[in-house]
Amino acid sequence: MNLDARIPDGPLEDKWSNYLEHAKLVGPNNRRKYDIIVVGTGLAGAAAASSLAAQGYKVKTFCFQDSPRRAHSIAAQGGINAAKNYREDGDSTYRLFYDTQKGGDFRAREANVYRLAQLSTNIIDQAVSQGVPFAREYGGMLANRSFGGVLVSRTFYCRGQTGQQLLLGAYQALEKEINTGNLEMHPRTELLDVVVIDGRARGIIIRDLVTGEIRSHSADAVVLATGGYVSTYFHSTNAVNSNCTAIWRAHRRGAGFANPCMVQIHPTCIPSTADFQCKLTLMSESLRNDGRVWVPRKKGDDRHPRDIPEEDRYYYLEERYPSYGNLVPRDVASRNAKYVCDDGYSVLGDKARAVYLDFAEAINREGRKTISERYGNLFDMYEDITAESPFDGPMRIYPALHYAMGGLWVDYSLMTNIPGLYAIGEANFSDHGANRLGASSLMQCLADGYFVLPQTIGDYLHDIYMDKVDPDHPEFKNHEDQVRGDIARMMSIKGTRTPLSIHRELGELMWDNCGMARTAEGLKKALAGIEELQEAYRTDLLIPGRADGPNQVLEKAGRVADYLELGHLMCRDALERDESCGCHFREEHQTEDGEVLRNDKKFQNVSVWEWKGEDQPEKLHKEELVLEALPPMTRSYK
Amino acid sequence: MKFTLHIWRQANAQSKGDLERHEIDGISEDMSFLEMLDLLNENLIADGKDAITFDSDCREGICGACSLAINGRPHGPGKGCTTCQVRMRSFKDGDEIWVEPFRNAAFPIVKDLMVDRSSLDRIIQSGGFINVHSGPKPEPNSIPVSHLVAEEAMDASACIGCGACVAACPNGAGMLFSSAKISHLGLLPQGQPERHSRVLNMVHQMEDEGMGACTNHAECQDACPKEISIAFISRMNRDYVKASLIEPDKRRGTLSNQ
Repeated sequence: MNLDARIPDGPLEDKWSNYLEHAKLVGPNNRRKYDIIVVGTGLAGAAAASSLAAQGYKVKTFCFQDSPRRAHSIAAQGGINAAKNYREDGDSTYRLFYDTQKGGDFRAREANVYRLAQLSTNIIDQAVSQGVPFAREYGGMLANRSFGGVLVSRTFYCRGQTGQQLLLGAYQALEKEINTGNLEMHPRTELLDVVVIDGRARGIIIRDLVTGEIRSHSADAVVLATGGYVSTYFHSTNAVNSNCTAIWRAHRRGAGFANPCMVQIHPTCIPSTADFQCKLTLMSESLRNDGRVWVPRKKGDDRHPRDIPEEDRYYYLEERYPSYGNLVPRDVASRNAKYVCDDGYSVLGDKARAVYLDFAEAINREGRKTISERYGNLFDMYEDITAESPFDGPMRIYPALHYAMGGLWVDYSLMTNIPGLYAIGEANFSDHGANRLGASSLMQCLADGYFVLPQTIGDYLHDIYMDKVDPDHPEFKNHEDQVRGDIARMMSIKGTRTPLSIHRELGELMWDNCGMARTAEGLKKALAGIEELQEAYRTDLLIPGRADGPNQVLEKAGRVADYLELGHLMCRDALERDESCGCHFREEHQTEDGEVLRNDKKFQNVSVWEWKGEDQPEKLHKEELVLEALPPMTRSYK
Repeated sequence: MKFTLHIWRQANAQSKGDLERHEIDGISEDMSFLEMLDLLNENLIADGKDAITFDSDCREGICGACSLAINGRPHGPGKGCTTCQVRMRSFKDGDEIWVEPFRNAAFPIVKDLMVDRSSLDRIIQSGGFINVHSGPKPEPNSIPVSHLVAEEAMDASACIGCGACVAACPNGAGMLFSSAKISHLGLLPQGQPERHSRVLNMVHQMEDEGMGACTNHAECQDACPKEISIAFISRMNRDYVKASLIEPDKRRGTLSNQ
């Protein structure tokens, strides 16, 4: 497996301009001769598709939703980082690079992260030109807010709907290109296979989710912008249909999967209480500015939280981390909530796991009105779901799966190890290492989509000028037949287990053993459990209805097959990475204080897994990380 | 809790649909309406029946995928929320509940409760954008935008494109949806160069989709999960009249051909 990252020469700050100066280009008159497929229409996909179409390429775009505007980027709340230094508080490109690398616990590639920091300011300019209504100060200038883990104010926002507004900007650009005829949109279609011919990505196989037809689309390059894979855990903050199928099927055709075990768990989510809860709702990280996290000191204390006196409360973050207190980073806050619940201090008793996030002190200090203005919409959201007002008692919160730092391996140009196959946004692994900072995922998706991919793809396309295949090529027919065969096989099992029930069970295994804290023993148990579930899937799956029309259970079944395989690989990766770093916490590797203990000597690298076939174990490769501009250091929050 | 459900079943756009009766028991009041339907589907599958098809995705009220008219009301009981945010505690134990798709000629039924809302995308395609390509742009603070204008643009831009306004309107009008986009972009300085062509193109596309016109019933505003105001419809109408009077194409040229 070729893992040459193709990082340009020169000092860190000149690498991107060096790349641009030397990249091969496709002339405007020739671009219309190239077909590019973009799968996924979130921030990265919509931005890339509209940019490429505007340059003159023929672009075909696919999404499983009924409209490109519904991609899950739309749910991002807090904001987007950019090193504008509008506040003159010491921000700079280097500072953003530094924060991102340190936040990622030194497991990301320096050149990519630095480029991200460089491009961050262009994103704000681009979005404002598109009409994204960022918050403004009374003088008409752009407003900023602060986010966790950094010492500057660099986050731009549109109320609590920053993802929605940025996505609408990209979606509108995409719709404009449909209008001009450069872009063909295929909603309600799902990628089921990637076609690789003579070592190059040549197209995709899709299922039309309305008619059930299986169809081939050929192209000169294929871009996957299909998001992350934390739905593997069943309960997550992702949308119920977010899935790993596109990147996983690409992996099965040879694309390396990087750092699969690196997933982020967000500390403040509404816990799972309803019998049949399908997802977990995020409560913005900003709440920890004013909320105090605690549990009763006495197990099973069933007094109303307001009646529990101070001396009977255990403010565990404040006690354990006096200098950062409730504002420790996400990974630390999440792990500690787990520890107290493991010890039996859950404030929901046997029913579920949760800790209190209490605003009483802030309300007393600053008044109900101020707190209401600051967090009103979040308090309303909490009350809508739980029927309890955070003004009358503390919120109950618990961590939940939120984001995947891992993904398809890509080089500096965002191309996977399969020539012609690109991965952008959350679908790739490149920028966040072992932990992502808040307000950085919107930044990465838009940098990839608006500014990186549109300027790197020409370098590949130039070399393959007019070397085309069409969907009648026998390889496309072979792939189509395989996809049809897989569907027919799933439909014919007619057992007793629904895909949803298998998914839930997988989620429990993953959460218990490959979640916030992991052990070799637990991971081995999960591997065995997943193998049993795979057997249940093969022999006892039940899908009602037919395959020649809309069938949401069939769609789910295909995705669950991929969750099972990916979940297995995640556990293997977590087992092989015999160190702790960022969100990957192996209990065997911790400091005396219970903090993350990295092993830079052995694991300052990216794990890249190669698919070897159905009955073969995956093969592990390593990309060594060269960290020169910012050598690794220890993160401490005491 | 226990409920009797009457749910619209329809095989495809061409076939005839009908309400199908289901009983469901063991529902907790914290469950969301769609989780209740998920559970009903699991029961149906176990009984060897076809699951009910419906759209939903984020399940937190922002993607706009979920639809459903519950007891005749788009997005069901409650104000300012989508179907996925409706909790079962909004109903009484033993209630009978009618569940239908969003009804409008511009939203053909795909299957059961799933409808085709691509007409809304086509309205955006006709002009709901600012024509800029990707690349270096002016420094955003070089064009100040008043706080109040930015906030009003944001009020309009909060639209999630669910189509409840169209489904709720007795005239089947798409005017709240279109006016929200026209106002969002028309309020901001960046949206001025295309302001007139945008409103003309979008209003004409809305008519081509077979949607009706506004006669001030305000049902759209009432059903809107983001509580977008019909004041934006007035704004759109003003812009439309202005744009019709000063079509840029005819304004160009010399005095003699005016």
